[in-house]
Amino acid sequence: MIEFRQVTKRYDSDHTALRQVNFHLGRGELAFLTGHSGAGKSTLLKLIMVMERPSAGEVVVGGQLLNRLPKRQIPYIRRHVGVVFQNHQLLFDRTVFENIAMPLEVMGVSPRDVGRRVRAALDKVGLLSKEKMNPLQLSGGEQQRVGIARAVVNKPPLLLADEPTGNLDPDLSADIMNLFAQFSQVGVTVLIASHDLTLISEMGRRTLTLDHGNLIAGGSPLQGGARGR
Amino acid sequence: MAADPTARSRKPNTARGARVSSAPWREQAETYITHHRKVARDSALRLWRTPVASLMTWTVMGVALALPVALMLLLVSLQGVSAGWESSARVTAYMSLETSLEHARGLVSDVDADSRVAGVELIPRDRALAEFRASSGLEDALDYLEGNPLPHTLVITPEEDARSADGVAGLVTFIEGLEGVEQVQVDLGWLQRLNAMTELLARAVWALATLLAVAVVLVIGNTVRLSIESRRDEILVAKLVGGTDGFVRRPFLYTGTWFGLGGGIVAWFLLLLSSWWLNGPIEHLARLYRSDFSLSSLGIGGVFLLIIAAMLLGWLGAWVAVKRHLDDIEPGEIAGGG
Repeated sequence: MIEFRQVTKRYDSDHTALRQVNFHLGRGELAFLTGHSGAGKSTLLKLIMVMERPSAGEVVVGGQLLNRLPKRQIPYIRRHVGVVFQNHQLLFDRTVFENIAMPLEVMGVSPRDVGRRVRAALDKVGLLSKEKMNPLQLSGGEQQRVGIARAVVNKPPLLLADEPTGNLDPDLSADIMNLFAQFSQVGVTVLIASHDLTLISEMGRRTLTLDHGNLIAGGSPLQGGARGR
Repeated sequence: MAADPTARSRKPNTARGARVSSAPWREQAETYITHHRKVARDSALRLWRTPVASLMTWTVMGVALALPVALMLLLVSLQGVSAGWESSARVTAYMSLETSLEHARGLVSDVDADSRVAGVELIPRDRALAEFRASSGLEDALDYLEGNPLPHTLVITPEEDARSADGVAGLVTFIEGLEGVEQVQVDLGWLQRLNAMTELLARAVWALATLLAVAVVLVIGNTVRLSIESRRDEILVAKLVGGTDGFVRRPFLYTGTWFGLGGGIVAWFLLLLSSWWLNGPIEHLARLYRSDFSLSSLGIGGVFLLIIAAMLLGWLGAWVAVKRHLDDIEPGEIAGGG
């Protein structure tokens, strides 16, 4: 699903965010991405979302080489990648329902289907009763669930999460992680950037570890602990 | 939901494949139109929700549009005047003072026989003096003169098809050649000056219109830029979840178009108001000049054109802003550093 081949990302002459990173994530695999702050986690996620382009090497997502993807094709790649952020990026000028409907709206899904699919996503994250509320009225954990519902509402084959449990207490974090595990069980590839080492070790999944832009563990499935499935 | 097993089989092999491929084209078209309608309505509602700010933008645009249109209407009115007076162009032939009245009468029939002449009137010198005495108020001064200084005069009205500049020139040559004619005067000089002036005015109006159109585009562009800034988060999220540039631009282009519509209507209203305010004095003035001059009004077609042009300018302004500012907003910045 995701393949990095000798990927290097240099921002300017003295700042190299990633150095010759190699790894492959298969369909339905759940992996963690960890490392100290500034190790290159966000850069790696940005490369997958085509927010950045690699300085060298190849990034392949869903069989598509992203290096020379024309700019106007980028939106169509992003429709296949659900993203969850630490600060969830919800819009507070509209309801929970409207927030989750956005990915469907940009794809031109008919209004009938939008209602059905948004409610299915809300049901999955256990917030079906709150569709008409403003995200501001929800707790931090609930907001994060709305963010997850938005990321999966169009059934992307790939789900990225950047510190999804950063602001949550351990119980809520475990809930969120279970949700991600469920998605991977039905074939969604999940990559979670996190520095919550306790949580990561509890999950016992493959862990990609970055250190100053180098991938020091988890590069091959055998290396970094048990494989997803 | 992601729990759908079909998620396995959906691969983004081609970027195009990311489109909703299963929906028949008819349903897709309907969804597209529904989406456009929703965006158009949302943009209009946003303007409606800030009535004062919107009204101010509309007024600025209305004034900028009404000014050149008003000048153009004035120009059309003036051209109507000169066209009207051109048809009443007359050639005046002054006899030499020695010419007898009989000779002048003979000339009348000569001239009248020419195919280019519609009519000839002879003004004998005695009648000319009497008229001059009556209308000039110089009776006392005239009394000091020995005899009548005025000659017999022929006033010639050219035939319809001889009223062109060339035709009149030919006629003048013919009359000048007649015996006893001392001077021929064509009263077209002031008309030519008026024409030259309206031509100059027309150019000035076009230059002004162009400048004001640019101003309108910039005003709308700036307003839309502010609206882009205030909706930055929404734009980021839309781009993040795979909104195309077209999708992200659409609401702002509609906003610009609605600004244009409002501006066009305000301009129309201003034109109505000023023509209502000016019409009385203009009629009075025209009556004093014994002219049928009247201000042209726009008419339904003109109003329609004005509003369409305003909407196009609004759209263009929005497009400039969108092109400059929207493409800069990239979701890279929300993913944070690291």
